[in-house]
Amino acid sequence: MARVVVDVMLKPEILDPQGQAVQRALPRLGFEGIADVRQGKRFELEVEGPVDDAALARINEMAETFLANTVIEDFTVKVEEEK
Amino acid sequence: MTTRIGVVTFPGTLDDQDALRAVRIAGAEPVSLWHRDKDLHQVDAVVLAGGFSYGDYLRAGAISRFSPVMEPLIEQAKAGMPVLGICNGFQILTEAHLLPGAMLRNNHLHFICRDQKLRVENAGTAWTSDYSAGQEIQVPLKNMDGRYTADEHTLDELEAEGRVAFRYLDGNPNGSLRDIAGITNAAGNIVGLMPHPEHAVEPLIGTGRTDGLGFFTSIIKKLVNA
Repeated sequence: MARVVVDVMLKPEILDPQGQAVQRALPRLGFEGIADVRQGKRFELEVEGPVDDAALARINEMAETFLANTVIEDFTVKVEEEK
Repeated sequence: MTTRIGVVTFPGTLDDQDALRAVRIAGAEPVSLWHRDKDLHQVDAVVLAGGFSYGDYLRAGAISRFSPVMEPLIEQAKAGMPVLGICNGFQILTEAHLLPGAMLRNNHLHFICRDQKLRVENAGTAWTSDYSAGQEIQVPLKNMDGRYTADEHTLDELEAEGRVAFRYLDGNPNGSLRDIAGITNAAGNIVGLMPHPEHAVEPLIGTGRTDGLGFFTSIIKKLVNA
């Protein structure tokens, strides 16, 4: 089965207080030098059948209408190597 | 004929009973709607109540938005049926694109629960006609994802068309852009807000005031006079 990964991130102009909280915690934990953190979501889809153009078009539609809210989020779709 | 107002229960909805009660106290017939209903049981208006439908998984309101009951609701709301979304209901309305913008995690990352002062900016909607423009009311506010967000163009459009229906007073509780607590669609039949008018309909409970009752008396008047 092929895996398709959909990454969803808040748009750059949207404030991400969760990412900021993580970034602020880093120096306290001894991790220096991280100027900014933004937190997103990763969806790993195990696809039945071939990942052809039609399948990818469906996954794009799924990401656009459901996995991401494109009012506030951007998404990318990547095909991982067959296992 | 009695006015019938439906209240939808999704898995994880919390405030449906209070919303049904508010409908009854205002003088209409409350009708329970279930998320799997494929029709709206001939109700004249619908309230999407607060809570954490589907555990807020994915995004608040994102999964509820695709429930069977939302299909006739979206269709009829677009045709003019009054819909009020409170808290999670507001989140569902934005996810369904019946209202513009989106709701994000509170900027301070804390759940907030307090009595909140609001200014009614638009008393011309189906749900606000018993208020006057500029009137200050106080109702409970309780949420995790209450930060209203939209792009600048949308915000300017909302302001220009008088579609910011409610604004937070005495401090912005969650980082909502332009202190927006609630908005309306252009026709004024679809209204969404984060604070909870249904918890403020009797002097004995909640804020000790009845500032929220006006939402429900407004809609009854609107429907009776229709």
